[in-house]
Amino acid sequence: MFRFLNLTLNGLTNGMIYAAVALALVMIWRATRIVNFAQGGMLMFTTFIAWDLAQVHHANYWVALVVAVVAGILIGGVAERVLVRPVENGPPLNAVIVTLGLLIFLQALAGMIWGNSQAHSYPPAFRFIGYKVGDRTLRFSPNDLFIVLSVLVVVIALYVLFQRTSLGLQMRATAFNPEVAGLLGVRVGRLLTLGWALAAGLGALVGVLVAGTSSGYVTPVGPFDALLIYGFTAAVIGGLDSPGGAVVGGVVLGLILSYADSYISNFIQTMYALVVLIAVLMIRPKGIFSRTSERRV
Amino acid sequence: MLTVEDVVTTYGAVRALDGVSMTVEPSTITAVLGANGAGKTTLLRTVNGLVRPRAGRISYEGRDLLRTHVDEVVRMGIAHVPEGRGVITELTVDENLRLGALWRRNRTELQQSLAEMYELFPPLAERRNKPADTLSGGERQMLAIARALMSRPRLLLLDEPSLGLAPRITAQIMGTLRRLRDEQSLTVVLVEQNARSALSVSDQAIVLNLGRVVVSGPAVELAADEKLRHAYLGF
Repeated sequence: MFRFLNLTLNGLTNGMIYAAVALALVMIWRATRIVNFAQGGMLMFTTFIAWDLAQVHHANYWVALVVAVVAGILIGGVAERVLVRPVENGPPLNAVIVTLGLLIFLQALAGMIWGNSQAHSYPPAFRFIGYKVGDRTLRFSPNDLFIVLSVLVVVIALYVLFQRTSLGLQMRATAFNPEVAGLLGVRVGRLLTLGWALAAGLGALVGVLVAGTSSGYVTPVGPFDALLIYGFTAAVIGGLDSPGGAVVGGVVLGLILSYADSYISNFIQTMYALVVLIAVLMIRPKGIFSRTSERRV
Repeated sequence: MLTVEDVVTTYGAVRALDGVSMTVEPSTITAVLGANGAGKTTLLRTVNGLVRPRAGRISYEGRDLLRTHVDEVVRMGIAHVPEGRGVITELTVDENLRLGALWRRNRTELQQSLAEMYELFPPLAERRNKPADTLSGGERQMLAIARALMSRPRLLLLDEPSLGLAPRITAQIMGTLRRLRDEQSLTVVLVEQNARSALSVSDQAIVLNLGRVVVSGPAVELAADEKLRHAYLGF
């Protein structure tokens, strides 16, 4: 029973991280109908920036975090304006190739600046050591609590932005029907840039959170690529179009992986995610939480 | 209020508008009639800047519309209800309406406009928090018109509001347009294939054929001219 509790807490923590990556993917999917394969590369790069500040220049943890998020927002906005905008009206495959190209570019650039071979450790925000219940130690530390709470705060903030503000309404209108939104005076181009910027900023936060876990480290290729697979799976569980679904999908995936890891085998974690992905696509391709049926033309 | 002079709009080699001129007086309803492909929709899209003409001039209250960006046109008081309604079906009725008044910052004014629209179109009030894809065709048309009115336009461009609607609903919508003209001095340009119902509310009308104006004049005269009705209007 204690083991089950630990696995659940651990799954929840990881699940919140997958949820945040999924949410970033969903935001970009909704804004521009593109699966952003560069998401992992973008958050890897911003995490390196934060690592450089925190470990090389001994900056404060929070300063490094804020700089990473701001850098993410800038990279996201620029990527949309400069790289995605020109291919947006072309075939969807063009945009996919562009995001893959950006991923490879960022990985190469990070390798040139910070080196490819070494795995850099990243400081945590709070203690790694789990909370104590009686004489037993939970697999849930203050740092894990920080991860869960910060993702939760961001999710709530995004919910308020999308559902309660005029800006969020404009972003949703642009996502659903850009031409009509433009006719109503919505400045569509700006909102697409903003969507990418927000998603990349959220990604940057996730990168720093993940790097700061007990198993986390920073390299140009590796842990952040797996994160993209988990995030994408979580987004697909939620239907790719639904922010709420992405969050639930992330938590569900986190729990599944945590249980499978311990009760089955821990050698093949990425494979469990792919099994879930394939199962969802076969059984409910529109996701568990999609409400709307086929899009009417 | 709106002046269109010798406008030529082309799609590749096709001249969709071939020297069209028209004048719209304030607080009147002008019907733009004609068969499929006559250039009616292109005329509206050219007026609000979605399509740029090859030649000609368009001015609105003395300002050159051809130098104005689409989202700026809305801010000048011209609202456009596109063909096929253009309601955003994933959003609720209320959200669709709010989108119509985006750039108005004043909260109380916004609430007031919302209340007015729900009074003008009672079926919308009953479904204000439902997604727009639960609405019937007629209700969607009402929503599209109401959303356009939310921006408090002085000029309303309507593209085929009767498309696919039952005659009774069409009559209701035409009645609403007449009321808006009389009570709020709204100016309307009404593109229609359904000439009979459009002429019944219009003050003046033009008939387009293959991108040219073939007839223009007071709506009453057009409706009375039997030859013309047979030749171009099909009733």
